[in-house]
Amino acid sequence: MPVVFERTRGLTEKEFHFCPGCTHGVIHRLVAEVLEEMNELGNTVGVAPVGCSVLSYQYFNCDMHEAAHGRAPAMATGIKRVLPDRMVFAYQGDGDLASIGTAEIIHAAGRGEKITVIFVNNAIYGMTGGQMAPTTLAGQRTTTSPLGRDPRQVGFPLRVSEMLATIDGAAFIERTSVHDPAHIRKTKKAIRNAFECQKANQGFSMVEILSTCPTNWGMSPLESLDWVKETMMPYYPLGNFRRPEAVTVSGASGGGHA
Amino acid sequence: MNQTMNKVLMKGNEAIAQAAIHGGCRYFFGYPITPQNEIPEYMAREMPKVGGVFLQAESEVAAINMVYGAAGAGARVMTSSSSPGIALKQEGISYIVGSEVPCVIVNISRGGPGLGGIQPAQSDYYQSTRGGGNGDYNFIVFAPANIQEAADLTAEAFEIADYYRNPVMVLGDGMIGQMMEPVVFRDTPKRELQPKDWATTGTGGVRAPNIINSLHLQPADLEKHNEHLQAKFRLMRENEARSESYQTADAEFVFVAYGTSARIVRNVVDELRERGVKAGLIRPITLWPFPVVAFKELPDTVRGVMSVEMSCGQMVDDVRLALNGRFPVGFHGRSGGMVPSQQEIIEACLDMLKEVE
Amino acid sequence: MLEKTICAGFGGQGVMSMGRLIASTAMARNLEVSWLPSYGPEMRGGTANCHVIVSDKLIGSPVIYHDATCLIAMNLPSMQKFEAELLPGALLIYNSSLIEAAPRREDLRAVPVPANELAAGVGNPKVANMVMLGAFVSLTSIVELDDVILEITEMFGVSKKQFVPLNEAALRRGVEAAGAAYAQL
Repeated sequence: MPVVFERTRGLTEKEFHFCPGCTHGVIHRLVAEVLEEMNELGNTVGVAPVGCSVLSYQYFNCDMHEAAHGRAPAMATGIKRVLPDRMVFAYQGDGDLASIGTAEIIHAAGRGEKITVIFVNNAIYGMTGGQMAPTTLAGQRTTTSPLGRDPRQVGFPLRVSEMLATIDGAAFIERTSVHDPAHIRKTKKAIRNAFECQKANQGFSMVEILSTCPTNWGMSPLESLDWVKETMMPYYPLGNFRRPEAVTVSGASGGGHA
Repeated sequence: MNQTMNKVLMKGNEAIAQAAIHGGCRYFFGYPITPQNEIPEYMAREMPKVGGVFLQAESEVAAINMVYGAAGAGARVMTSSSSPGIALKQEGISYIVGSEVPCVIVNISRGGPGLGGIQPAQSDYYQSTRGGGNGDYNFIVFAPANIQEAADLTAEAFEIADYYRNPVMVLGDGMIGQMMEPVVFRDTPKRELQPKDWATTGTGGVRAPNIINSLHLQPADLEKHNEHLQAKFRLMRENEARSESYQTADAEFVFVAYGTSARIVRNVVDELRERGVKAGLIRPITLWPFPVVAFKELPDTVRGVMSVEMSCGQMVDDVRLALNGRFPVGFHGRSGGMVPSQQEIIEACLDMLKEVE
Repeated sequence: MLEKTICAGFGGQGVMSMGRLIASTAMARNLEVSWLPSYGPEMRGGTANCHVIVSDKLIGSPVIYHDATCLIAMNLPSMQKFEAELLPGALLIYNSSLIEAAPRREDLRAVPVPANELAAGVGNPKVANMVMLGAFVSLTSIVELDDVILEITEMFGVSKKQFVPLNEAALRRGVEAAGAAYAQL
């Protein structure tokens, strides 16, 4: 019988521990598929963060490091400097990248570190039980902002892609979402483009992916997908914020951002 | 003439940097802080010449995590800093030990607590010998007392780190870092090293993935991992303690001092002997493991033992533990960057001898 | 033999390299040496000093503390600050071009050397430190003049060898000045 669909070789057989309706699994799969399609699995070293995807070193079928909280870009820098011809990626959540690891991500981008960062933004701390994240929206209720985030008291949610796009070392920055199949396909293209950018030594690349957290948002999986589209996307507009002019990317990914 | 051919006059910091390159280090990640700046500056100048990489990190925190990444990828890698910067690196050091990757960390220490000062001090003894970060762990701590020794130990540190898959610290102070003395870069004692088949260099599609990791969520797994680490630390305790005993064979009074203080105390011993006091010195070269054997070997003629430190009294705890009540233990220390004078140490010794009469 | 010399002056007067030359020349003669600089904010324009110890035995503390055998003072604040570190009868060589006051202590062998004038005389006021070093070489028996010149030649190397004659001339002026001044004591 002809095989029409199979598990990507980019993932191990370990079962995901993610909650029902969480889109981390989809994003893991996209990263794995891209590395497999590029025939880079045997040439890749990944870095797992601290947060919900802390165990991703068990899921990706390539050499992996487990970093300290927020330090994945620094760790990836160390690996890439030793192994400049390997693909090196860091997989980070919003607490890891946009809160405790802001210095590391900004300076990795500033140095034009030839690594790819997969930034999963679900506007909340999942692993620790639904606390406020740096990307938690104004008014959003979390366990540490029980009355809803009040920006006058606790600050405004950070738009990381826009911020990093101002840095010259950043070669490729794009925000996508995985709330429906069309956007999942676009996300995969963006991930491919980010890795191609690394392969071509063009500098730092990052894909920010809007993701769900039904458990801590207190919603059903379907409601969560709608919430991404209706509530997150207006504040975190999708699009490409930076791409190298010379590189031929595999089709235009995402819509251009003004 | 041949004897002096390769002898160069070098600052401790530069000698340490050159010794690291000599010892096979090809990656350096660091952040500026006084009084160790000559190390990153030397590395920035010299690393590219040997095909290595120098990178100034955005912080000490980032630097140690770059070291963590590079070490996991199989490189010989080093970072250096001074006391407050080493405090920032503790998180990474704990992960590095937990993940069992080798690296060398240099602390050219200064006075504390807090921002403290920039003059030499030995007040990072606890931090260095008790792990320093979270969890049950140790690493070998070398405490050179002169530039030649700083160079020799730094080069050897890379062999030992690889041998145990554990970091090694070289703990100097501002004096060791800043002063110049003659140094010769000589052959480094080699160890029988296993290939780094655990390093994350890409599976190449021919082996199972390698994982550099310190997370063990199952208590039984973590305990087993800790037992494995403890077994390594026991081996280090048994095999790696080093010290120098000076004039202790017939001593009635024994000083214990390391690094810069030991240089001063050595002069004190000579001066006291000229005055008829049979003084001696135990100079720990490894602070961890602490050289307890040297204390066991002390003769019964000893009437008092005194720890002399540029701190408010840290190593003195280990001296008491090593002696286990055998002799009275005293302490003389200066802190904040003050360096004890020979005269004040002599007075402290004579006072203590009177007390123990 | 145990010679403990403090070199002190303004940043930029070349006190560090003066001390280094004493140490490296003595090292070439197979003596034990240590050179310890002041560091930190002082490096950036204020006063600078270094402690140089030369001995035929292992050197203990690299710090000179109330037991200096010689002080080379390039300016007044340095002389006033470090005079107290000298042993009775120790040597004080001071730059009389910039220091008008006499040393406070009377138990020293104090030798004034008009280093800036003499340096200007050989063509460049920047080599005042070499004039002082010449005086030091002449007044002590730690290193020989020829060895210092050899060391300077090595230090400048092939690419900067044109600077050697100027430095050598300054050293020789220092030797002469010390001889003249010491004869008057």
